[in-house]
Amino acid sequence: MAEPALDTTAPKPKALPVSPAALTWLLLGLATFVLAHTSRDLSKALDARWLVKVPRELRISMKTDISAFMSWLVEDAHFGLFSFTDLTRGIAWLLEQPYDLAKAVLVSGFVQGLGNEAVQWLPPLSWIAVVFVVAAIGHYAKSIGLAVFVGLCFLYLAVFGQWDSAMVTLASILIAVPLGVGGGLLLGIGGYRWRWFDRVLTPVLDLMQTVPIFAYLVPILFLFGFGPVSALVATVIYAMPPMVRITTLALRGVPSEIREFGTMVGCTGRQMTWRVLVPSAMPGLMVGVNQVIMLSLNMVIIASMIGAGGLGYDVLTSLRRLDIGGGLEAGVAIVVLAIALDRLSQAFVNRPPPEHGETAPSFAKRHPYTLATLAVILATGLLGLVLPVLQSYPATAQITTGAFWENLVQTINVNYFDQLEAVKTFMVLNLLVPVKRFLVGVPWPWFILLVTLAGWQLGRWKLALLCFLLSGFILVNGLWTDAMETIYLCGVSVLIAAVMGIPLGVVAAQNQKAGRFIGGFIDTLQTLPSFVYLIPVVMLFRVGDFSAMIAVVLYALAPAVRYTAHGIRSIDPQLIEAGTVSGCTRWQLLWRIKLPLALPEIMLGINQTIMLALSMLVITALVGTRDLGQEVYIALTKADTGRGIVAGVSVAFIAIIADRLIAAGARRARARLGLAAEGGR
Amino acid sequence: MQEKPVKLACRDVWKLFGEGAERFLAAQATAPGLPEIQAAGLVGAVRAANIEVRQGEIFVIMGLSGSGKSTLVRCLSRLIEPTAGEILFEDTDLLRASEREMIQIRRHKMGMVFQHFALLPHLTVLQNVAFPLEVQGVARTTREARALEIIELVGLKGREAYYPRELSGGQQQRVGIARSLAVEPEIWFLDEPFSALDPLIRREMQDEFLRLQSMLQKTIVFITHDFDEAIRLADRIAIMKDGAVIQVDTPEQLVLAPADDYVAEFTRHIPRAKVLSVRAVMQPGPPGGEVAGQVAAGDRIEAVADQVEAAGKPFAVVDETGAVVGSLDRRAVIDTLIGREKG
Repeated sequence: MAEPALDTTAPKPKALPVSPAALTWLLLGLATFVLAHTSRDLSKALDARWLVKVPRELRISMKTDISAFMSWLVEDAHFGLFSFTDLTRGIAWLLEQPYDLAKAVLVSGFVQGLGNEAVQWLPPLSWIAVVFVVAAIGHYAKSIGLAVFVGLCFLYLAVFGQWDSAMVTLASILIAVPLGVGGGLLLGIGGYRWRWFDRVLTPVLDLMQTVPIFAYLVPILFLFGFGPVSALVATVIYAMPPMVRITTLALRGVPSEIREFGTMVGCTGRQMTWRVLVPSAMPGLMVGVNQVIMLSLNMVIIASMIGAGGLGYDVLTSLRRLDIGGGLEAGVAIVVLAIALDRLSQAFVNRPPPEHGETAPSFAKRHPYTLATLAVILATGLLGLVLPVLQSYPATAQITTGAFWENLVQTINVNYFDQLEAVKTFMVLNLLVPVKRFLVGVPWPWFILLVTLAGWQLGRWKLALLCFLLSGFILVNGLWTDAMETIYLCGVSVLIAAVMGIPLGVVAAQNQKAGRFIGGFIDTLQTLPSFVYLIPVVMLFRVGDFSAMIAVVLYALAPAVRYTAHGIRSIDPQLIEAGTVSGCTRWQLLWRIKLPLALPEIMLGINQTIMLALSMLVITALVGTRDLGQEVYIALTKADTGRGIVAGVSVAFIAIIADRLIAAGARRARARLGLAAEGGR
Repeated sequence: MQEKPVKLACRDVWKLFGEGAERFLAAQATAPGLPEIQAAGLVGAVRAANIEVRQGEIFVIMGLSGSGKSTLVRCLSRLIEPTAGEILFEDTDLLRASEREMIQIRRHKMGMVFQHFALLPHLTVLQNVAFPLEVQGVARTTREARALEIIELVGLKGREAYYPRELSGGQQQRVGIARSLAVEPEIWFLDEPFSALDPLIRREMQDEFLRLQSMLQKTIVFITHDFDEAIRLADRIAIMKDGAVIQVDTPEQLVLAPADDYVAEFTRHIPRAKVLSVRAVMQPGPPGGEVAGQVAAGDRIEAVADQVEAAGKPFAVVDETGAVVGSLDRRAVIDTLIGREKG
């Protein structure tokens, strides 16, 4: 799937103009090309249908087994005192309590009684109170500027009629984030303290981060049923892995002297962890908290499919109804919420450590934020009883932009339909279709052979075995064609993302002003939940592979840009000076010095791009692709656990093969350039 | 000073890094040399180290980077588990102490100062200094009172509420010193405490350190890679090379009788007048002619140089009992001052 990339990792030529390895891969590539286009005729001529169609004898019934196991788990499994279902119900109940509380505070108020007899005895926080609280947090974390910014963001939600949905989403995040942070912290500490725990944890985390999100949803849906609790469980599981990794890394990053100091003053294990290591690692840990918040938001939106409600649900229903205006409105609200939350948590990450100062004498002076916030909450709550305007934002003053967006999209579609259609047709005919035909045409035994060979060349028998087994798994589960569809869409998207991203990264690294602009743009792209990308794309290009591709490219662009820029920026300036002194032109500097030296970093960026592309690909199943993602999505709608897990794991396996091959290639390139062997993943 | 009891001793301590180090060492009949250790794929960080630190002395371990001095001091405090040997602290073997016993010993009897200060960034100066007491469970008022006392002692009064990053390097290390003294340790480890500081500040901190020691009389193990610093501070110096202790002696003896060329190379460029005593350079026997006055045999040449050089005649040298043991003339002083070998 990536022969050209492999060429560059081959050992340097000595006497031959092309190294033997490169030559081999060139010939193999040619053979693949020929085979792909003749496989159908070949199989007919040889009477070997198994070449193009995976024979039935090779298939196994893993998905039915998994489904049967899940049914057994839910219906019959028993731990003596309680059944498995009791356990899941217990967990659900535990999660429901704080969630209901958060929802009551933000949206529904405290209610007694059921149905029509329900009486609200305490209203939810008024919109003014919420806006004030986030503004106060913004001021506390950074500055008055941030306070105004996040205040305006939340005000936007009220003015544009997205308040209730946004608060439902916010309630889920308020519960999911502490759980994700706390759980991640504990697991990370475990990984730091016990080597064996880390060894068990790392592959699990690898798999968790590569299995597509939808595949999580299926078993969770099966175990916890449709509703906000399922969504919460999925969100926590999805958002926790980075926190675990960052915790372990941050703790390892604590200077050894600090650890020795802890030992020398006679800290017990617990004192060491909580009094010395965790506080010292705090800045690093805060980065993890930011990650958890952003991933939770992303997942809460996606989890609307299993009953999270809120903004994600609005987008989903609009997409299904093809209600352009409604979808865009809710989408923009998600973006606004995401940016506000990101800025807030970023401000906490970068918050300067405390300055010395006299401790204020009175309680009021020590806790100005808490007191002011409480006062506003009380005041608006009480006044709200008299003046409903203060309690909930008046519907008459709401502005709806649905019609505006609808018109805008319509105008574009009416006036530029031909141009858009021309671009789409051109791309489909000249890029998408040929690549797809090529990949689907390659006989499966040949493809597995190639992947295994690549594994052998880059990582000897260990990697070769991994590649063989993982691709074999996809084969025996009867998902070969779906997998090829996935690789085709992912490959094309990554190619385009690389073609756009690497030059952007080069520009960003060489020009400070452009760098700041591109950095800001990329940061914003990354804060947006993946769901959001689908909306404008579908509006303009309707459903299909092309729309999916654009959404994937947008979502996966960031790492290509970032890693390229980072790779070029971190080149030893002396090398560039040496080039300048030898009289290189700027182009020569770029092509002869900067790009070759940044190559390992760029490869890692492409690797990340592939990972993001694969995860986005599954979401684009919503706009009608026909790959593994669609398989997962169908499984989700049918609650078919086995099917969903097998397809999801297949996506993860593709990701793992790509990741291991590229990482091995990057390591080789690094070693050849004599750079330090640290992986910046 | 020679008669003071031994506080901390290490006997034949080894630290080899690498897989199977203990098996390798146990299998050797005689002490393995560097080539054998390297051939086994191990790193010999400390090899057969023997030192004795006496009550109340400043014992400096000096060596260049990679000589194993940091590993040795970590073996002494058992931050690193030695591969073989004994660490005797007040005649009990630390290596046999349980984890719980070690925690008690470290809490009450040891203090350590680190090269890069190792201050906790989220605590104020006061909280940092009180931290070792807090870990022991000492009540807040008691520990803060004690911390304030030591903060004043190291000259940081008025900075109690500052955070470490608001202080200069020298001030941060004062906090580190104060913190290590908070528990009134019986043995005080200082691991290159002044290496991360600017030369001027370093000198100031050395003076400060000597001032503190003159008040506190702690038993001190001081690590440095700077021979000048070692000479300036030490009662005795252990010189390490490639993991082995090659000489343990007073600064004067190191200069007068270096064990090998390696030690001699260090001593060659140091100002001898600061190290040598009158006794080492005097002409033994009663002075031949008239004398200008008397100097004590134990004085450093540096201290009497001005006096001797200004006078036209030699000085009589007297020992502690007041008996005349030799004479010191202008020529001998100048030889020492300009570093000319005696011809």
